[in-house]
Amino acid sequence: MNPALKNTSTAWLSVVMVVLLAAVPYVLYVSGNTFWLDIFTRLVILAIAACGLNLILGLGGLVSFGHAAYIGIGAYAVGIPAYHETYGGLDAIASYNGFVHLGLALLTSAVFAFITGVISLRTRGVNFIMITMAFGQMMFYAIVSLETYGGDDGLTIDLRSELPLINLDSPLSLYGLCYVSLLVIVFFTYRIRHSRFGLTLQGAKSNEERMNAIGVNCYKYQLTAFVLSGVVCGYAGFLLGNFTTFISPEMMDWTRSGEIMFMVILGGAATLWGPVIGAIIFIVLEFVLSEYTVYWHLPFGLLLIFSVLFLRGGVTGALHRLGKPAVRSQS
Amino acid sequence: MTSPILEVHNLCKSFGGVVATDNVNLQVTEGEIHALIGPNGAGKTTLISQLSGLLTPDSGSIFFQGNDITGLPPYRFSQAGLARSFQITSVFQELSLQDNVALAVQAHAGHAFRFWRNARKDQALQKPALDYLSRVGLADRADWLASEVSHGERRQLEIAMALATDPVLLLLDEPMAGMGKDESAELIDILNRLRGTKTLLLIEHDMDAVFALADRISVLVYGKVIASGTPAEIKSDTRVRNAYLGEDDN
Repeated sequence: MNPALKNTSTAWLSVVMVVLLAAVPYVLYVSGNTFWLDIFTRLVILAIAACGLNLILGLGGLVSFGHAAYIGIGAYAVGIPAYHETYGGLDAIASYNGFVHLGLALLTSAVFAFITGVISLRTRGVNFIMITMAFGQMMFYAIVSLETYGGDDGLTIDLRSELPLINLDSPLSLYGLCYVSLLVIVFFTYRIRHSRFGLTLQGAKSNEERMNAIGVNCYKYQLTAFVLSGVVCGYAGFLLGNFTTFISPEMMDWTRSGEIMFMVILGGAATLWGPVIGAIIFIVLEFVLSEYTVYWHLPFGLLLIFSVLFLRGGVTGALHRLGKPAVRSQS
Repeated sequence: MTSPILEVHNLCKSFGGVVATDNVNLQVTEGEIHALIGPNGAGKTTLISQLSGLLTPDSGSIFFQGNDITGLPPYRFSQAGLARSFQITSVFQELSLQDNVALAVQAHAGHAFRFWRNARKDQALQKPALDYLSRVGLADRADWLASEVSHGERRQLEIAMALATDPVLLLLDEPMAGMGKDESAELIDILNRLRGTKTLLLIEHDMDAVFALADRISVLVYGKVIASGTPAEIKSDTRVRNAYLGEDDN
């Protein structure tokens, strides 16, 4: 496709998304439909996680199946310090301070991503999928085994993170924080995509042997992307913990990793707004389909298969192609 | 000008029972165009893969500019100044020609841990990238995707990418493969213009191209170098004639 056309359609899509995600929940909230604000908050948090995964999956072409672990890490980075502040013990991290929670979430995610990335990135393809999934499950069982924090039953967060200027107990403020975070992260991924770093990642995705032949060691770039991606998902976890105030190992189960992956692929891997659109579709389908049947994953799965088979670049890719000739004639 | 830039000593490589590289000794002199010829299955690509680090030899050593580079990972070979093109075209299909070359320019420039600045507007990348594209005659295709251009143009792109890493020695694995007469002639012209500025080690089946380009020729048969010399010497060498007897590709 003509790059100029694609740029214009991405710009239009950006305007639509920025306005839509701000106006719709706000109007619904002030008109008394407070329930909808919750839906939108969850949507935006999932969209942030999907954007995080897209850094490694879309840009790097590496299918990580363990990214829910980072959401769990982020959420427990809120829950565990708050728990100790309430019930004592572990003075080093016991706190209600949002910056402590945030720092812990980002740092732990980065360390976990680094350690697992160093090992996982030595593999490719199915092996990479399996090993990232295994590390995710390892984290899942580690949290399950922590009886202090409720183990299987989960942990209730009594008090949300305390931040200056923003009161996370106010649903509207919490949504505002999530919304601004999403925009910042989307902009950040936009810059990364077009940077030297992004170009290197796309080269590695396209043809790793070629990258080697021109003298690039792809490993360190992929590891950096993997860590960045984990940190963004850890941040999503920090927000999710503050949103739900109830956290459990279930949120880092491998099926959750699968859901984030679905969002990225359905919405359009490697596109700017694809993960966000994927998250919107996911939430809408979950909401609509679960009205009719508890087996709502079945039609969702069929839709995903349809998307992979027929919509190159997911829904966003299809939107970009609307009415535009994609093939250039030889001249 | 006469010092060997690449020296290969007693290189051996076998796959199972098949000896693909059998005690190969080879010297490439700085500034020359050195052609490596031999019948199909002689082990030419296996040899060049070892010279670019994609395969590790079983024994023997490779010296490049006096340094032992045997067994280093492939990206180190490129960093040392050895660039290669592939027999089966290997480019970034999803990226534009300019991005393809820009990646090679940036690879040569060092690390790419720059997360913010738009690389597509970075003149330090794009100007040289366009420059290398125009050297191989592809400047007017700069914003086309690599998957959209013809096979011959992709081969030219490969050479632009190899040049963009500013190599001392260029390893070209059958650059004319699958090309028509006109495209071949164009490529011979491009390679001829590199004479003197780069050292070239060329694998080629097209004997017209070999004799049009090469300063020296080495002949590889069953993994062994059976002759090495000027085109005239090779033409009159009886061992070479015997090896090629019955071959119809010269």
